[in-house]
Amino acid sequence: MIKNIDFRICFSVMTILTVLVGLFQSWGIALSMLNLCLISAVMAMGVNIQWGFAGLINFGVMGFLAIGGLATVLVSVPPVHEAWSAGGIGILISGLFLAAVVISVFMINKKLSKHKYKNYFVFLIIILSIPLLKFIAGPSISKIESINAATSGFLGGANLPIIFSWFVGAILSALVAFVVGKVCLGLRSDYLAISTLLVSGIIITIVKHEEWLSRGVKNVIGLKRPVPYEVNLQESEWFINLVQFFNSSKLSNVLDPEVKISLLNQLVISSSGVFVKLCFSLIFLVVVFVILYFSEKALNSPWGRMMRAIRDNEEAARAMGKNVVKQHLFIFMLGSAIIGFAGAMLVTYDGLFTPSSYQPLRYTFLIWVMVLLGGTGNNYGAVLGGFVVWFIWIQSAPFAMVVINLFTGHLDETSYIKDHLQNSVPYFRYLMMGLGLLLVMRYRPKGLLPEKVIKN
Amino acid sequence: MDFLNSIILLTNFIIVPGITYGSQLALGAIGVTLIYGVLRFANFAYGDLMAFGTMVVILMTWYLQSKGISFGLLPTALLALPIGILLTIAVSLFFDKTVFEYYRNKKSNPVTFIVVSLGIMFVLNAVVRIIIGPNDINFMDGHKFIMKAREFKQLTGLNEGLAIKSTQVITLVTTIITCSILFYFLNKTKTGKSMRAYSNNEDLALLSGIDPKKIVLITWVIVSILATVAGTLYGLDKSFKPFTYFNNLLPIFAATIVGGIGNPLGAFYGGFLIAFSEIGLTYAYKKFFKYIMPESLEPSTLIQFISTDYKFAISFAILIVVLIFRPNGIFKGKVI
Repeated sequence: MIKNIDFRICFSVMTILTVLVGLFQSWGIALSMLNLCLISAVMAMGVNIQWGFAGLINFGVMGFLAIGGLATVLVSVPPVHEAWSAGGIGILISGLFLAAVVISVFMINKKLSKHKYKNYFVFLIIILSIPLLKFIAGPSISKIESINAATSGFLGGANLPIIFSWFVGAILSALVAFVVGKVCLGLRSDYLAISTLLVSGIIITIVKHEEWLSRGVKNVIGLKRPVPYEVNLQESEWFINLVQFFNSSKLSNVLDPEVKISLLNQLVISSSGVFVKLCFSLIFLVVVFVILYFSEKALNSPWGRMMRAIRDNEEAARAMGKNVVKQHLFIFMLGSAIIGFAGAMLVTYDGLFTPSSYQPLRYTFLIWVMVLLGGTGNNYGAVLGGFVVWFIWIQSAPFAMVVINLFTGHLDETSYIKDHLQNSVPYFRYLMMGLGLLLVMRYRPKGLLPEKVIKN
Repeated sequence: MDFLNSIILLTNFIIVPGITYGSQLALGAIGVTLIYGVLRFANFAYGDLMAFGTMVVILMTWYLQSKGISFGLLPTALLALPIGILLTIAVSLFFDKTVFEYYRNKKSNPVTFIVVSLGIMFVLNAVVRIIIGPNDINFMDGHKFIMKAREFKQLTGLNEGLAIKSTQVITLVTTIITCSILFYFLNKTKTGKSMRAYSNNEDLALLSGIDPKKIVLITWVIVSILATVAGTLYGLDKSFKPFTYFNNLLPIFAATIVGGIGNPLGAFYGGFLIAFSEIGLTYAYKKFFKYIMPESLEPSTLIQFISTDYKFAISFAILIVVLIFRPNGIFKGKVI
């Protein structure tokens, strides 16, 4: 077996595969796949920072992605003024109350850290605050949700360009990660895994059911975009000229002017979609490169060395005077911020926020497969994992279809088994992922691109 | 009279559903805790193992129904249960041979085990969805109610009715039988004792001539039985949906940790603790207080501590509280 695959070879292979998809399926499919690969790569880098650098198991990826998604709504959607005037004050007061509870819990933890009954105080405060919070916020929430329930029924956002929301998503995620980390990070690895999984479940429930905040299961559609809209492109002069320029050979073959115009129209419509996706790809590429650059810098800096030392031998690092608890909390926040950033990117790309679509298998464990398959502790590995796994994820359905047709070809068209298998094609991707993960863990436990051991 | 009514109200909406749900969680949690204790890892594929076992039971039920075989008043699924158990055991042993054994021999760290159990989770998830689909399936047949609310009202003349579904009684009876056999096995038989010894201290157990392969085999057999029984009971009581089974993993894990890892009796109580807290804290007590309070003090709100949607939060809160106050669980478990 090849011990060390060069990352350049891997990425060339992935590029060629994407181009092949473009040539054989369509450029639209290839580009949307590329975009999701890039977003997945960002998510995988976030998890890799937590797991690969510091050895923290975070099974709450889905929750932080949803927080990023929520940020897009809070930042970009225009505010609903009636809702604000109806219940805004109540919500603000309860927000202040919640902040006061959190701060007082932290104060108690800090000031009374030696006190015998410290934990009981904290417990009491939290238990009392829940009914109180409900009492304060309840009337305003029902007022807000009753205003134009069919079209809005929520507070709306700040009406800012959506690109800000990526950073807001990162900051919100980091804040939530701070609270979660304070509570959970002291736990053993498997407890941490289970509690973060529970936390992500709670976050999804909040996003799903607090309709005044996110419209919940009613979804938010038609979010803003950082790139032009297809309709506007199709009407703009320069874009039509551009399409004409790229397809000049195709167009010059057509002699009839009317046919020529209709062909040009078709080309403009189809390439406007591709152009929009291409713009997204460029923005995402920049994001991936920036994060990759800084992650690599961090990994090779003294700080990265310290993180690896803490990961490999916590006791020794502690004995050398490193503050393990603080560093763990910091890296948990950092990784979660990147995951939140990716979550906002994902929702921006989709153009809609659907809280009910967040499922742990797709948004937590798939990202983990990316990191484990790509190479734990190696940033290039995480990016590669994002690419490979998303590629397989998308292409496994057509592949499974081909295999099923191969094996059931002799069966009748109306055969129950054939019909049933064809209907369950989407689930073959889970099978591929599972088998892929098991094989990698067995035969290449450090992933496709293993962590580089730097020796001084 | 009002007092009696209030008691019946609580029995109907908290105690009866709590016992049922608690039994299902308890059976699941004992399975997880045995894997934790003997094989020393948190098995994330457990929820999907439950789903797999239930799926086989459902398929078998359909087969039996198509042949015109039924179990009289009881659901046909109980007849199909042995087949489901056998196939689940086969699947568990297959995955143990092909996957877990390798890492056990290598003495890999617990995190590696968690990761490969994720792989198995994906595979089982796919298998279940490919074979039976992702939709809700109701496979309960036979007699639905033992006591209907209306009948109870007529019988006693009270305002509040008490409805007892036959699945609730079946769950309770099955749980009592399964747990008595299990605890008898663990505490009284030689194999059970050697299993506990192995879970307690692997090296000492090996020195005493206990065969680790046999212990692992028996553990998987017991775990598969528990998973299939718990899954089938849950499916009969509510309905079968693969995604819900995955989600049930979370309260089951919470119950396991709360009860103390590797401690089957603790897991049993943990299951009931989680179930009663979930149901008790999400129940709206308005009607209850109407009965016991004088009319002037009647509550205007629902008196519900937290909305039903947030039942995850309850598992999480209990988990965190227990881990802060008693890191080894309420009933002292061990730290692996």
